[in-house]
Amino acid sequence: MARYVAKRLGLALITLVLLSVIVFAAAQLLPGDLGRSVLGREVSDEAVAEYNREHGLDRPIVVQYLDWASGAVRGDLGNSLVPPEEPVWIVLRPALVNSLKLALYAFVLVVPFGILGGVIAGLNAGRLGDRAITIFGLPLAVIPDFITGLVLILVFAIWLGWLPVTAQWDEGAGPLTQVKYLTLPALALAIVLFGYIARITRAGVIEALDADYTRTAYLKGLPEGTVIRRHVLRNALLPTIAVIATQVGYLLGGLLAIELMFNYRGIGLTVIEAATLKDYNMLAAGVLVIGFAYVLVTLVADILFALLNPRIRYEAIE
Amino acid sequence: MTSVAEPRASSEASVARRERVRLLLRSPSFLVGAGVILFWVLCAILGDRITPFDPRFDQTEDLSAPPSWEHFFGTDRLGRDVFSRVLAGSRDILLIAPAAALLATIFGTALGLITGYLRGIADDTISRLIDAVLAIPLIFFALTVVAALGSRSTYSVALVIALAFSPIIARTVRAAVLGEAQLDYVEAARLRGERASYVMFSEVLPNVMPPILVEATIRLGYAIFAVATLTFIGFGLQPPSPDWAVQITDNYPYLAEEWWTVLFPALAIASLVVAVNLVSDSVQEVLER
Repeated sequence: MARYVAKRLGLALITLVLLSVIVFAAAQLLPGDLGRSVLGREVSDEAVAEYNREHGLDRPIVVQYLDWASGAVRGDLGNSLVPPEEPVWIVLRPALVNSLKLALYAFVLVVPFGILGGVIAGLNAGRLGDRAITIFGLPLAVIPDFITGLVLILVFAIWLGWLPVTAQWDEGAGPLTQVKYLTLPALALAIVLFGYIARITRAGVIEALDADYTRTAYLKGLPEGTVIRRHVLRNALLPTIAVIATQVGYLLGGLLAIELMFNYRGIGLTVIEAATLKDYNMLAAGVLVIGFAYVLVTLVADILFALLNPRIRYEAIE
Repeated sequence: MTSVAEPRASSEASVARRERVRLLLRSPSFLVGAGVILFWVLCAILGDRITPFDPRFDQTEDLSAPPSWEHFFGTDRLGRDVFSRVLAGSRDILLIAPAAALLATIFGTALGLITGYLRGIADDTISRLIDAVLAIPLIFFALTVVAALGSRSTYSVALVIALAFSPIIARTVRAAVLGEAQLDYVEAARLRGERASYVMFSEVLPNVMPPILVEATIRLGYAIFAVATLTFIGFGLQPPSPDWAVQITDNYPYLAEEWWTVLFPALAIASLVVAVNLVSDSVQEVLER
């Protein structure tokens, strides 16, 4: 088990290093002449050269990367390129907290409902309940989240007036108010995952219902409720949980459109603004933080899954 | 002898193909999906010729008029007919999304064949890089590259999305190639002394086509998702394109007063995405049975 964890940790570290190379290449090298790109076309060549020298952009690329990456390891992601050029972390930290709040709320909303829907569909495979969940689940899973968000805003905020249109609460609002403001964006973010989770759960339940151990349990006379609770659900839910963790990427990706739509100060909105203002340092830092979060979540999920699953636990020992 | 055996082999293949087509045509979800896609493709081709008003410029007297018999979907704040704009709005996305999906399939297949067949250091390096790219949510990756390139032309958007999708396809193809490379016919080709590129593209590739086809249709759905989202956050298609997502971005600030300028293009995107997914689901079912 320790070896499995060590191997998984090593892979995650390699991924993180490569991730930083890719982000650096995309956000710092791709713009070409960074100074020209930030200052615009009208500024003289001398001013651009001066800007590049001031920001250390005239050094060799490898040196620039190592400087940036070693800073990132120490928690220093550099300064914003947009005046007043404050450290990006000052902006990113509260944004990260906000995004985590939203993503966590979305997750808490969708996981129980998705699993419940999938279990109902799986236990009634082929019947009306299954059909209904399958038919409604597909569109929910494939329609872009900002479209779902639009419809939610229109119906629940504008027409019915039950919930606020934006996610910007007043300074010092209590947790309950925040939950109220975050409900629509969290729903919009989560609905994409509902169909997916339900589908995976349904497949798992059907497979477990079909398995020999389930037949044996029935044949030895266990009541149906016990069979389903102890044999079917326990075996069906494990793979589901592992798959759900891999979907965190979709959730994080949805932050861009949803935070923009609800005007919510999270990583997504920060990254969009950085991209618009050509603040490449802020952009790189934001994307790096998101990638880091993704790697971390999948790592934890993998290890948890291994701890829970006797098959992997065994394999790891051998 | 060979002249007799060959036609029979090819006719067996064509019987199998005809059987698959027949199964597809009997699947209701395929028919519904294909019908909706066909409708939007027709709209994209015919464009201005079938719209009741000019989708780009017609400044009628009725600014921001709600839906009525004259304007089924109302008009926007420049007096343009929303119904005409929704009909004309399918063109750009129906060019970009398939182009991106096709390019991604080509890149991804090449990468997957190389990593899955050659194995060794090339596989290890490329596979780690793929893991790292996939750790960045797709839209974040596309946004970063588009912003860094500084160009928001139709071509660069298609190219960036193709680039972002190819690692996912490469992973699927790699898995299929790994299974295939163990088989006797590959070993035989290798022992005959064929070049690796020949074995990969002429021997292995035809046999891993079904999963590639399935993956390509799935990517088409995601490409529409990605282009629409990228456009909504301002880094995809730009006005004056009557594209659906451009319309949504333009009119979103006035959602409360003029919901029809936003809701109808949104429903159009939804219908196209769902249709493509219905088709890819049924193709998957038929090819994987």
